[in-house]
Amino acid sequence: MAAKLTFGRAALYLLLALCALYYLMPLYVMLVTSFKSLDEIRAGNLLGLPAAPSAAAWAKAWAGACTGAQCDGLAPYFWNSVKMAIPAVLISTAIGSINGYVLAHWRFRGSEIVFTALMVGCFIPFQVVILPMARLLGMAEMANTTAGLAFVHIVYGLAFTTMFFRNYYVTVPEELIKAARIDGAGFFLIYRKIIFPLSLPIFMVCFIWQFTQIWNDFLFGVVFGGSDAQPVTVALNNLVNTSTGVKEYNVDMAAAIIAALPTLVLYLVAGKYFVRGLTAGAVKG
Amino acid sequence: MPSLSTLADRWLPRLVLSPTIVASLLFVYGFIALTGFLSLTESRLMPNYEYAGFGQYAELFDLERWWTAAANLGIFGALFVLFCLALGLLLAIFLDQKIRLEGALRAIYLYPIALSFIVTGAAWKWILNPGLGLEHMVRGWGFPDFTFDWLINPDMAIYTVVIAGVWQSSGFVMALFLAGLRGIDDSIIKAAQVDGASLPTIYRRIVIPSLRPVFFSVFLILAHIAIKSFDLVMALTAGGPGTSSTVPAVFMYQYAFSRGQLGLGAASAMMMLATIMAVLVPMMYLETKGTRHGR
Amino acid sequence: MASLSIRKVRKVYPNGAEVLKGIDLEIADGEFLILVGGSGCGKSTLLNMIAGLEPVTDGEVLIGGKVVNHVPPKSRDIAMVFQSYALYPTMTVRENISFGLGIRKVPKGEQKAIVERVAETLQMTHLLDRKPAMLSGGQRQRVAMGRAIARDPALFLFDEPLSNLDAKLRVEMRAEIKLLHQRLGSTIVYVTHDQIEAMTLGDKIAVMKDGVVQQFGSPQDIYDNPANLFVAGFIGSPSMNFLRGRLTADGFALEHGGRTAMLPLPPALAPLAAAGRDVILGIRPEHITDADSARAGASSASYHPTELECTIEMTEPTGPDTLVFALFNGVRATCRTHPRSAALPGRPMTLAFDLSKAVLFDPVTEQRISQDH
Repeated sequence: MAAKLTFGRAALYLLLALCALYYLMPLYVMLVTSFKSLDEIRAGNLLGLPAAPSAAAWAKAWAGACTGAQCDGLAPYFWNSVKMAIPAVLISTAIGSINGYVLAHWRFRGSEIVFTALMVGCFIPFQVVILPMARLLGMAEMANTTAGLAFVHIVYGLAFTTMFFRNYYVTVPEELIKAARIDGAGFFLIYRKIIFPLSLPIFMVCFIWQFTQIWNDFLFGVVFGGSDAQPVTVALNNLVNTSTGVKEYNVDMAAAIIAALPTLVLYLVAGKYFVRGLTAGAVKG
Repeated sequence: MPSLSTLADRWLPRLVLSPTIVASLLFVYGFIALTGFLSLTESRLMPNYEYAGFGQYAELFDLERWWTAAANLGIFGALFVLFCLALGLLLAIFLDQKIRLEGALRAIYLYPIALSFIVTGAAWKWILNPGLGLEHMVRGWGFPDFTFDWLINPDMAIYTVVIAGVWQSSGFVMALFLAGLRGIDDSIIKAAQVDGASLPTIYRRIVIPSLRPVFFSVFLILAHIAIKSFDLVMALTAGGPGTSSTVPAVFMYQYAFSRGQLGLGAASAMMMLATIMAVLVPMMYLETKGTRHGR
Repeated sequence: MASLSIRKVRKVYPNGAEVLKGIDLEIADGEFLILVGGSGCGKSTLLNMIAGLEPVTDGEVLIGGKVVNHVPPKSRDIAMVFQSYALYPTMTVRENISFGLGIRKVPKGEQKAIVERVAETLQMTHLLDRKPAMLSGGQRQRVAMGRAIARDPALFLFDEPLSNLDAKLRVEMRAEIKLLHQRLGSTIVYVTHDQIEAMTLGDKIAVMKDGVVQQFGSPQDIYDNPANLFVAGFIGSPSMNFLRGRLTADGFALEHGGRTAMLPLPPALAPLAAAGRDVILGIRPEHITDADSARAGASSASYHPTELECTIEMTEPTGPDTLVFALFNGVRATCRTHPRSAALPGRPMTLAFDLSKAVLFDPVTEQRISQDH
């Protein structure tokens, strides 16, 4: 049924367009500011385009800006995030997948309680575990290391990844598993030859969701990252909130975009998996 | 005597799940217990196992900064949830009207969720910058008396967090409501149209009530985000100016890590947990009650 | 090929629900056993226990004379065909059929030969390289059967395999399964809720209700001599008519349109007539027919069907017969008449009641009343 362009619909489109502008505005402002010179920023207005765009702020944000004591820009901390996030995403997803498989098709007495207990763990404020965790990492000599940070993300990501996979594997019919058992396949063979080949969509969802959560995290980063292993979010915050010297807004904005780039690109490229993750995880919650 | 493969099939699932079970017991429930225990000790810079009863909590409730944080959480939480729900629902309803370019619009409304709260905080901190940001721009448009210095105004700072937070999370609410709207059986709407109901009435009496489960989920998630809010506040206002926009999460971090008050910090963390439970438990009870009585 | 014995088998779930209350069944090598009943009767649970997918609480399951209670499914030499076909979605038909063979380390050459043989038997050679998503329902069912046949098991298990097919396909596949049984001579246990499948396919039928076998016997035996009201009403379509009434020395009191007529009992049932006994008369629709057909089919010299003038309530032409409905003893009874003899609704016609195949039930116990009662 094609909708005619009535006054009502025109108003609707207008409203939707205004909302779109509202959401795009900050991104636009960040971009535009990052290419302006400081003089232009002080003189001009927020939404204006740069008269003489320059990438100087970007270079400084990447390699020269001061994040607390160091002035090496965001680069080292960007790589910290990469080194921390990728293993954490891979491991928490892999474990979540096997867990979900067990909870969906190999239920045993108490497995539902385990699932519920795990789910409740999704809701806790992490403030309530960081103190003992800091102590534990200290005792294990993993304090302020990338490995320690990755470990924390894996442990606290398990609840989400398990839930994603369990909710997905539950839609695989039980009869498929029965047929495989009669054919002679055991626990691991069924996973390898039947469940895993079916799992591409949910692996995508989990990777994207987990990567976004872990890359964007700040709390764990600031508590467990120390100064050498801190992720890019902590470095960004230090950069933007340092009060020494002249505030270089263009560098701040360039830095913010650099920090946001991986997850933003991921969203643009694989956005539909994002939405699927939302609805799969959240609405079931 | 059961065969080897039967035994394997019986024990492998338990074995495979056990690391996660142990991790959950230890790192979630165990650590919560430890934090709780810590909150009952005299710990300051270092853990100290001298029992303090509820002394830390008493000290907590004596601190004005804690009450500021709590009040801010109340204000921020209520406004954040309200505006996100309203904006999200509205956008979802609008997008459900068979719009051209729906996919593009949806992507635009939703992208902020891919950003870290730190990035959002940094961006809005710049936009709301008194003197060079929004204020400066509107003045340039010919309104010399326009002021928007909420960021540095102790009374208004917390509201800037609301603005940034709603910008970030309302798209996500929209996505959930849209999914819920799409799940509504078309024939019910058609029956209502045949019955003569107008579009607003249909939305009010049929569509929105059937979104009840989505409301529950969304409310829970938003409340959870609000109570945990740390990143956004740190980036946007760092709890300032002074301590006017501090929230419990920031309070906890500052006291436990910067001010060397482990016991007090632990107590504030337990209070945060209690708050989330206080919201979670009644909500889950209400939701399961609704499902049990059949809808 | 093997025999199957189920001895005093019980199944109790951890929550206390007793789903199977003591099942005893014996079938010989090469027999086709049907487990039939409504939902919740325990038939699928029993099948799962025969397969080894569910543990047995009490009792023994023997395949080929060996107790298999603790033997895992893959070692029981069985194959199973499921209602939803359960084909591995990411594998081709060829891979689906050879999956189990690969696990058993059957040499590749032999696997290929088996797959090709099976495909030819079921006429699906042209489907071998397709994936399940590209097959129709009937084709998928054939692949599921092919997977089972390739195993060459001692025992075939079917779990409502035709329920997901449309009516026409169901009839076709039923015939194929029957032909397969004749050709392979295998022992089969087949679960269904459809009594037509039960009657047409089985050598032996076990009618189940509430976790108990209500009756076990050959299809004709169960049709002619149902043990109780449930079995009588379950088997046969349209189902048996049940008329409650009084039995006296003169016969069964039939009330119709306000008047009562006596139906004399045939010699077989006559000894059961105790003066003034309340019974339920079970009489199948084909035994209440029009007068002409009854006279044409008269078999015995000592007993003739009683003819009565009845008013018809409603008719349902089915083609070969017309089902005619009339109220007897307060119940709407189905009667099978020749299309030309059937009257119009509201009009009278002569119906003949042939009680020689009728069954009497005790209204309280719902059991059939036989000589021993």
